[in-house]
Amino acid sequence: MPNKIRILIAKPGLDGHDRGAKYIARALRDAGFEVIYTGLRQTPEAIAAAAVQEDVQWVGLSCLSGAHNSLFPRVVQLLKEKNAPDIKVFGGGVIPADDIPGLKAAGIKEIFTPGTSSQQVVDYINQN
Amino acid sequence: MNDLTDKIIAGDIRAIARGISLAESGQPEAVELLKDLYPHTGRAYLIGITGPPGGGKSTLVDKLIKIYREQKKKVGVLAVDPTSPFSGGAILGDRVRMQKHATDEGVYIRSMGSRGHLGGLALATSDAAKILDAAGYDIVIFETVGIGQSEVEVAGRVDTTVLVTVPGLGDDVQVLKAGTMEIADIFAINKADREGTERCVIELEQLLSVKEMDENTFLPPIIQTIAKDNQGTAELTGAIEKHRDYLNSGGRLAEKRKKRIQDEVHTIITNQLDKWAALRLTHDMETRENLDDIYSKKTDPYTVAGDIIKELQI
Repeated sequence: MPNKIRILIAKPGLDGHDRGAKYIARALRDAGFEVIYTGLRQTPEAIAAAAVQEDVQWVGLSCLSGAHNSLFPRVVQLLKEKNAPDIKVFGGGVIPADDIPGLKAAGIKEIFTPGTSSQQVVDYINQN
Repeated sequence: MNDLTDKIIAGDIRAIARGISLAESGQPEAVELLKDLYPHTGRAYLIGITGPPGGGKSTLVDKLIKIYREQKKKVGVLAVDPTSPFSGGAILGDRVRMQKHATDEGVYIRSMGSRGHLGGLALATSDAAKILDAAGYDIVIFETVGIGQSEVEVAGRVDTTVLVTVPGLGDDVQVLKAGTMEIADIFAINKADREGTERCVIELEQLLSVKEMDENTFLPPIIQTIAKDNQGTAELTGAIEKHRDYLNSGGRLAEKRKKRIQDEVHTIITNQLDKWAALRLTHDMETRENLDDIYSKKTDPYTVAGDIIKELQI
């Protein structure tokens, strides 16, 4: 059996809205991926540590609190420090268009904003 | 590969994680890795936590991790959740309850999809436990998928099996039934603040009172826990310790582990024979013709199978 694609879905920061994260987790499950769901209010440190232990190829971060500009790049940075720069990070949530270039420059591969279909996310993972 | 072996033995988290993925993939390199690691295994104590879905297994495991960490033990957790038979995907969510330990370097938690395996574990769970054992983890906890009445595999893979149940699942005939109720070294009645706990205790006691026993039998203790409030969890680790002492006396642990080795070798043989037979039946032209001959009643399945088995010279 070839290596199955494993994706960690995490919610960094303090907002308690996990409907989007659960929706995308389910869509990824239905696309045949193994989704490790870590729950609400995770620190970037806990997310990066879990990603390494779980040997995932992707980390999907969801944030609706507005703290994405500090939290998302922090996860990328911690993965580098843990000798896991190959684990790719994508993000979703309420993210202003103006913030996206900065996040991508910080190493986040893609940002999915409200209105993105789950199929678009699945296709993106399969193509990258 | 040697590099990976050395890193795993040195306890490198990334290497452990990679090793487990390799074992899950079933690639030939996995066998080489496990062979190299095997001399370094045997020190970890293996604990199985099993029981019905939603019974509180993950929450209990979270509390067990805390207790073992206070004892300065390194803890590995292998938490299995079901894989979808339709998409092959899975949501592995046991980690949610244990995520507070994510940054503790003495704790390694790995979520595993069952990937079509039906006994309550994943096919690679025992191999993953060997990797953690070789990496120096003192305790390795197997958390099964939520089980029903017949998934008993875990009992053959660990040293101590804890069956987590909850009050109100059924009457006293349920506990008399064969299967999962028979595999417990320890019963944990979780959510023991709920109605029906007392009755649950009495029914389990009655079950145990009709068990055939002699002076060598370990009578499974019944521990009441409320995992979310961390109640009864110290009693539970105490009971695990008592069972461990019991196994350690009179060579019982060695006996149990030798039985496990026999099962393991048996499994490896049957898996390889299974692959061989599948290949033989699908790729050999003469065999394909024989199968057609069975259909037209020129021969029968028993003769054809017997002839193929003869090739193995057994």
